[in-house]
Amino acid sequence: MKVFFRFLKEYPRESVLAPLFKLLEACFDLLVPLVVASIIDDGIGGGDKPLIIRLTLVLCALAIVGLACALCAQYFAARAATGSAARLRRDLFAHLQGFSYAQTDKVGVSTMITRLTSDVNQLQSGVNMTLRLFLRSPIIVFGAVILAFVIDPSAAWIFAVTVPVLAIVVFGIILGGIPLYKKVQAKLDGVTSATRENLHGVRVVRAFCKEDDEIDGFRKISREHSLLQNTAGRLSALMNPLTYLLLNLATIALIWIGAIRVDGGALSRGALVALVNYMTQILVELVKLADTIFLVTKAVACGNRVGAVLDTPVGMDIATDEAPDDGCAVSFEGVSMTYAEGGEAALSDINLTVERGETVGIIGGTGSGKTSLVNLIPRFYEASEGSVRVFGKDVNSYEPADLRERIGTVPQKAVLFRGTIRSNLLWGNENATDDQLWAALRDAQAEDFVRSKDGGLDAVVEEGGRNFSGGQKQRLTIARALVRRPELLILDDSSSALDYVTDAALRGAIKRLDHEPTVFIITQRTASVRHADKIVVLDDGRICGIGKHEDLLKTCDVYREIHRSQFKGGDEL
Amino acid sequence: MSNTPKTKKSASTLATLFKVLKYLKHYKWLVLLSLNLALVAVTRSLYFPVMLGKAMDIIIEAGRVDFDALRPMLVRAVVIVIVTTFAQWLMNVCNNRITFGIARRLRRDAFEHIQRLPLSYLDRHPVGDTVNRVVSDVDQFTDGLLMGFSQFFMGISTILGTLVFMIKINAPLALWVVVITPLSLFVASFIAKRTFALSQKQSETRAEQAAYIDEMIGNHKVVAAFSREDECLAEFDEINGRLGDCSRRATFFSSLTNPSTRFVNNLVYAGVALIGALMSVATGGVSLTVGQLTTFLTYANQYTKPFNEISGVIAELQNALACAARLFELMDAPAETPDAPDAAVLSHGDVDGKVVLRDVEFSYTPDRELIKDLNLELCEGQRVAIVGPTGCGKTTVINLLMRFYDVDGGSIEVSGHNVKDITRHSLRSSYGMVLQDTWLKNATVRENIAMGREDATDEEIIAAAKAAHADGFIRRLPNGYDTVLGEGGGSLSQGQKQLLCIARVFLALPPMLILDEATSSIDTRTELKIQNAFAALMKGRTSFIVAHRLSTIREADVILVMNNGRIEEQGTHDELLAHGGFYSKLYKSQFEG
Repeated sequence: MKVFFRFLKEYPRESVLAPLFKLLEACFDLLVPLVVASIIDDGIGGGDKPLIIRLTLVLCALAIVGLACALCAQYFAARAATGSAARLRRDLFAHLQGFSYAQTDKVGVSTMITRLTSDVNQLQSGVNMTLRLFLRSPIIVFGAVILAFVIDPSAAWIFAVTVPVLAIVVFGIILGGIPLYKKVQAKLDGVTSATRENLHGVRVVRAFCKEDDEIDGFRKISREHSLLQNTAGRLSALMNPLTYLLLNLATIALIWIGAIRVDGGALSRGALVALVNYMTQILVELVKLADTIFLVTKAVACGNRVGAVLDTPVGMDIATDEAPDDGCAVSFEGVSMTYAEGGEAALSDINLTVERGETVGIIGGTGSGKTSLVNLIPRFYEASEGSVRVFGKDVNSYEPADLRERIGTVPQKAVLFRGTIRSNLLWGNENATDDQLWAALRDAQAEDFVRSKDGGLDAVVEEGGRNFSGGQKQRLTIARALVRRPELLILDDSSSALDYVTDAALRGAIKRLDHEPTVFIITQRTASVRHADKIVVLDDGRICGIGKHEDLLKTCDVYREIHRSQFKGGDEL
Repeated sequence: MSNTPKTKKSASTLATLFKVLKYLKHYKWLVLLSLNLALVAVTRSLYFPVMLGKAMDIIIEAGRVDFDALRPMLVRAVVIVIVTTFAQWLMNVCNNRITFGIARRLRRDAFEHIQRLPLSYLDRHPVGDTVNRVVSDVDQFTDGLLMGFSQFFMGISTILGTLVFMIKINAPLALWVVVITPLSLFVASFIAKRTFALSQKQSETRAEQAAYIDEMIGNHKVVAAFSREDECLAEFDEINGRLGDCSRRATFFSSLTNPSTRFVNNLVYAGVALIGALMSVATGGVSLTVGQLTTFLTYANQYTKPFNEISGVIAELQNALACAARLFELMDAPAETPDAPDAAVLSHGDVDGKVVLRDVEFSYTPDRELIKDLNLELCEGQRVAIVGPTGCGKTTVINLLMRFYDVDGGSIEVSGHNVKDITRHSLRSSYGMVLQDTWLKNATVRENIAMGREDATDEEIIAAAKAAHADGFIRRLPNGYDTVLGEGGGSLSQGQKQLLCIARVFLALPPMLILDEATSSIDTRTELKIQNAFAALMKGRTSFIVAHRLSTIREADVILVMNNGRIEEQGTHDELLAHGGFYSKLYKSQFEG
């Protein structure tokens, strides 16, 4: 429950007022049967018409005051719950934005999204219900029992027996059903993934003529789901009948006992009617209470998950480094890197110096550490050992935003955002003019297709850039980085979807850039880097060769092998 | 007519209902039983307050309680309670059976239908959307429609039953309740309408925010790389502020329903108490006894409840019908034309590797012509390489060869048969296909490799894995060949997944091959090794190869050079180079970086 207090701390007034008004409403509800008893006993029994009218007015007054209280309570509850939820979402979003790459990897993007959306939503409705019902239901239940004892202690023992039994049934069925429904949900997830898997693999399924096997598999999982549903359904099917049975048997018993008490003169008929009314009120509130508890346990779980994310520390330590600029663009000194604690090193013992304006090719097999290497430069990840210097200063001594400002990154996966081509390009530099945008597009070999789009720079980019082909997306992300006119340009296998002609033209354009950036090109193709000033060959996280194309062909086995696999025979044109 | 869209809409609603009824037909006895049980439960439970009232009339005051009359009455009450309980329970059980059974049937039929849907349908519809129809739409539909219907039926019969009982006891008092009914209905529907509009707005804004979160958190790394955190937070704040506002309003309004109807209820209650009590006093208890008054009060307490439920149920029913409509849209999408009854079955032995494409014409959309006059004649063992820039339509040729799509004009012949006269299964199993997009089942490594030939022995599977250079990493997996891969191949790297897909083909040994960028994710050194195995495999097998790396393509017998969805050039490597066209430009760019 601590999590609720933390959640509501901005709305202390509302969080107190809402339950308070609910409590008042409950008290008024409890008075009604007493008034009715008086109407029966004193009004009808005594033939007192003015009294009947007066008492009816009291009933109306109770209804009006009750409504007013309820409206206030709902209003405060809604305010507190939605207001806190909005705040929480904002805090959480801001917090998540501060996550480092390593934290993002660890927590996982889909978890981050769930925390921000459905977890917060469930917390919101849980808090809302709690504020409204957590006081009302117990008050009515206990109030009814207490009033029953006040009216007639010898008849009230039926309440004392019925309430716990009813509570056990209601809570047992609702809370006992939770694990069953969890299983049903898990199976339903199975149905979902079976369907999704089938659809994603439709070509393979049909190529191997596996349609019937797929249908059998689906039938099996669907049948299992149905069976679990039936099991859970069987339990919840008991709820209404059982509570109905218990409540009404108790009522019958109450009437029998009541009859004896009335006969003995210890109880009036109106009071007996009041007792019967209390019995009915109890059931309704018990069911509500059990529902609330279910909702609250879920909300608390969500709240704890959200809290855990909020409690992870973010931000990077900034070291101080007064070293003079030695003219080097980037240097690695004895760098090693490990992604997860205890895991294998992704990079080990990297030593590399890159002069300003140089073009560096990085080549190696899958998993050889190419991306890991360049990700250290903008401090997306941190080196576990050794130091990475950019323009002479340790990367850990830069304010991350200042460092990244000077670097244009084109990640492996071409990501575009909803909006227009212009809004995407402006990510590189908020103040770029149209001419600058077009220049960047020209260099990125994207000018032609952007010109042919309706609206040119203002052409719409749909979610994830899905209205562009893979190659077009890659060229737009390159343009986005070029708009920044970065001192350092990192191209992480960003021409993989381009054909050789376009790829070559792109490389030529980057070479001719007038601000002469230092360029890192990660690639699998030796053709893309053969004219680089320096080629770094990585194998299993280690540098196994640095040099120019011709030198490496002579000295580096790995490089030679990669090259030969792409130019079989090695004939030169 | 101005109301045409509306008529159209109700016509389609009717059509949906009709299809729903067809599914309900399987359960017609259960449905009838359930409805009868509902009637029993409702009437018995309405009768109970009457019994209580009668009992109250026996219990008058001290010394005036007729226990001999009371005893049998209470015994009857017990019997009624037990009957009602049993009827309610049995009805719940019936409803569960119907609901879960129909859901299962619908899912099964939908899934089977998907297996027969043409690729053209599946390619055009996002996977998430189709999955939603099969999973959550079915759930919402069965829950909403069937449970909603049963609630609706119970609600209506409770209202009618209550009216009948009330009129039988005391008509004037019943009239008061009837007169005030519209007020209750009005309040409920007023709030329901407001709530609906507001919660609609809330879920729209929620969806908008979710999409934004999906984009920005999903691509958090790019946001961080461009230091856009502050801008993103500002945009988020704007949406979040709007969401907070409409969320508050929606929450508040929806929470009005209970107190407001309770209020109306209380007024009815007070009215009944007043009129009833006065009537009782005026006639000295003749026209209305105290017991009857308590019966009335109980009814007054329950009477408006069904109205609330019904207004909720109607919204739910509408939603359920919308879900059903979406589901049936999927299930009514035309399936592939089935194989002709006399279609030939090609066995591996029948395939001589001869493939002829004659004047093939094809386009995905009628307004964009793609392939025209494509002619190609291949004999056994020939190798075709399909080359061209990204998005030029290389995959289209494969779609046609595998009959994932049918040609619009011309014909494709395999071993002398038009592919339209061969069963799809036998045509497809004569090709071994490895695609760029790897696909692995949520099953063991062994099962995944054995997909191409289920009767393969362990030795054969291992031999195939060795040929694909997959044996080494498979053995390093926690359970070797029995390791269960997660959805989509789980934690395997893209290259490893591709090796497994290649192993499948090495096991199946089909007479023809289709390799679409089959080695794109494998590092070049491993690729070099696989190439030798592939070369052995391709010997004597007609093969179609799509690849980026021109070195892989040089040895092909025919090279199809594609651009913008058309075949630009066709010939051998040397011919095409000599020709000096598009191919030679592509080829040279690889060397002159």
